[in-house]
Amino acid sequence: MISELLFFMEVLVAGLLAGTMYSLVALGFVLIYKASSTFNFAQGAMVFFAVLTFVGFMELGMPFVIAFIVTCLLMVVVGLSTERFVLRPLMNQSEDTLLMATIGLGYVLEGLAQAVWGVEVRRLDLGIGDFPIPWIADNLKLFISALDLTAGIVSAIMILGLTLLFKYTKIGLGLRAVADDPGAASSVGIPLKHIMLLVWSAAGVVALVAGCMWGARAGVQFALVDLALKALPVLIIGGFSSIPGAIVGGLIIGASEKILEVYIGPFFGGGIEGWAPYVLAIFFLLYRPEGLFGEKIIRRV
Amino acid sequence: MKPIFMTYTKNDIKNFVVLMTLGFIIIPNFISSEYWFTSILIPWLCLALATIGQQIVMGYTGQLALGAAGFMAAGAFACFNLVLRVPGIPFFGALIVSGLIAAALGILFGLPSLRVRGIYLMVATLASQFFIIWMIDKFGWFKNYDSSGIITAQDIVIFGKSFTSPIAMYMVILVVVTFLTLLAMNMARGSTGRNWMAVRDMDIAAESMGVSLLKTKLQAFAISAFYCGVAGALLAFCYLKSLEPVAFDIKLSFKVLFMCILGGLGTINGAFIGAAFILLFPVLLNAVGNNVFHGAIDATIISSVEQIVFGVLMIVFMIYEPLGMAKLWENIKQKISSKISKK
Repeated sequence: MISELLFFMEVLVAGLLAGTMYSLVALGFVLIYKASSTFNFAQGAMVFFAVLTFVGFMELGMPFVIAFIVTCLLMVVVGLSTERFVLRPLMNQSEDTLLMATIGLGYVLEGLAQAVWGVEVRRLDLGIGDFPIPWIADNLKLFISALDLTAGIVSAIMILGLTLLFKYTKIGLGLRAVADDPGAASSVGIPLKHIMLLVWSAAGVVALVAGCMWGARAGVQFALVDLALKALPVLIIGGFSSIPGAIVGGLIIGASEKILEVYIGPFFGGGIEGWAPYVLAIFFLLYRPEGLFGEKIIRRV
Repeated sequence: MKPIFMTYTKNDIKNFVVLMTLGFIIIPNFISSEYWFTSILIPWLCLALATIGQQIVMGYTGQLALGAAGFMAAGAFACFNLVLRVPGIPFFGALIVSGLIAAALGILFGLPSLRVRGIYLMVATLASQFFIIWMIDKFGWFKNYDSSGIITAQDIVIFGKSFTSPIAMYMVILVVVTFLTLLAMNMARGSTGRNWMAVRDMDIAAESMGVSLLKTKLQAFAISAFYCGVAGALLAFCYLKSLEPVAFDIKLSFKVLFMCILGGLGTINGAFIGAAFILLFPVLLNAVGNNVFHGAIDATIISSVEQIVFGVLMIVFMIYEPLGMAKLWENIKQKISSKISKK
């Protein structure tokens, strides 16, 4: 009985920690959605682009820190050109049009990354092992990977930082104003262009961090783009415009995915991880379409 | 212009006759290279049919769905199992039943569209994509317990005659595609299509005018899945010649989505134009890579360039011509005809 409980705890903790990795990807989506109510389908491609560039720079012999900074700067350039060439011409278009444009943007980024750096799978060594931490394994009898724990801590820090930024700074206030009503915000003198640039750059940096975590676990490869699709159910559960929602959604998806796979998966021959989050998201949609923390959607004719 | 048959004008009928002669008489008689049939015409018609399915749900009804490949897989495997397990079933019968099976799945996965829209619906339809592929992969029955994972599709037999040569298969596909395209055009013109478009343009207003959202949306999902299912079965039997779930992954869904959007949302001829473009552009790019640069450019670079071009085109079309290539073609035609009439 005790060992069963312990096993359940282990599955749960592993799921929760894996969930924080989803949260990191989801966070990038939320940032952009919050400021422009645009759903940025290219976020997954940005994760791939950022981490592939980062690894590419390191292979060229750049030290870790410099490669990280250069990639961050590059992501700012990506944000800058996105604002100039995609968002500005599409201002005041419907959400669906913007969504399709970001699908196009995702294709461009994936293509660019592969044209420059090639298609082979690369390893990314962050110096953090993907194996259980001995101290916790000995004392608490729980097997927790160091990488998972780091990802958890990193996402906690980023989420805290971004929440504070949105809540208590002038920039955050501007962001929220733009999200609410871009027209009114610009008429009181909030520079829309700067806000967009800032948000897209921040999303780029978040993408890089998420990419590093995923890359260290699964290798830097094209499959990262598909992994980012799993952030979608996270967003549905957490709500598209809520930063805490991203983390809670990630935890729910991570934990339930693992629990379903371990306890129910064997009845179906396994592999239900692939679709379980989406089905979970559908049930959530039927019950609460705006997500746990999202704002209620009111539509008028 | 005055309609002379149902709602069709003289011009429409002229176009129809020209296209039919081209498709049924000129192409089979004057194109002798098998490459054209096996690598271009057959996949083009199959994918165009799937794109019509995507058009119905996305272009006409305005529901952002991203699961065409899932329904195509359902249609393909349904057709395989019907031909395998039902003795004496005619091929067209199997095709229709597999379309109906896909349609039933379409209704099931279209249910969330009653509550949600936009990106939320996209996620819900992604569930169909992953679930259907997983189900086919996991349960051996669908694959007739074949362990190799790749199953050869049966020959197409109609009235005791087998259709195995590329030209014969092309003719079979052309008959199906012609019939379903005409059907789709008529649905789009009639009250069915009006209801779809009313829901697309403003669903709350449509509902208050007496259009049943439940019926209209589910009908669009079912018909769309039917088209995708038939297209998937044809693709597997005539083009891939084998059945493997991997061939119907999310990438194919995106491809169909691109064909639909670049071709022109809410147009049937856009489906054909978009499918032709997405299919032919990589062929063209490879030809340029091989002939102009003599293979000096790496294949990965060529495929990356292809991806970048599709992405850029998507953005450019969204900015300058959200109605896609079909509208572009209309505009060019209009310019030319106005120039001619001025002279």
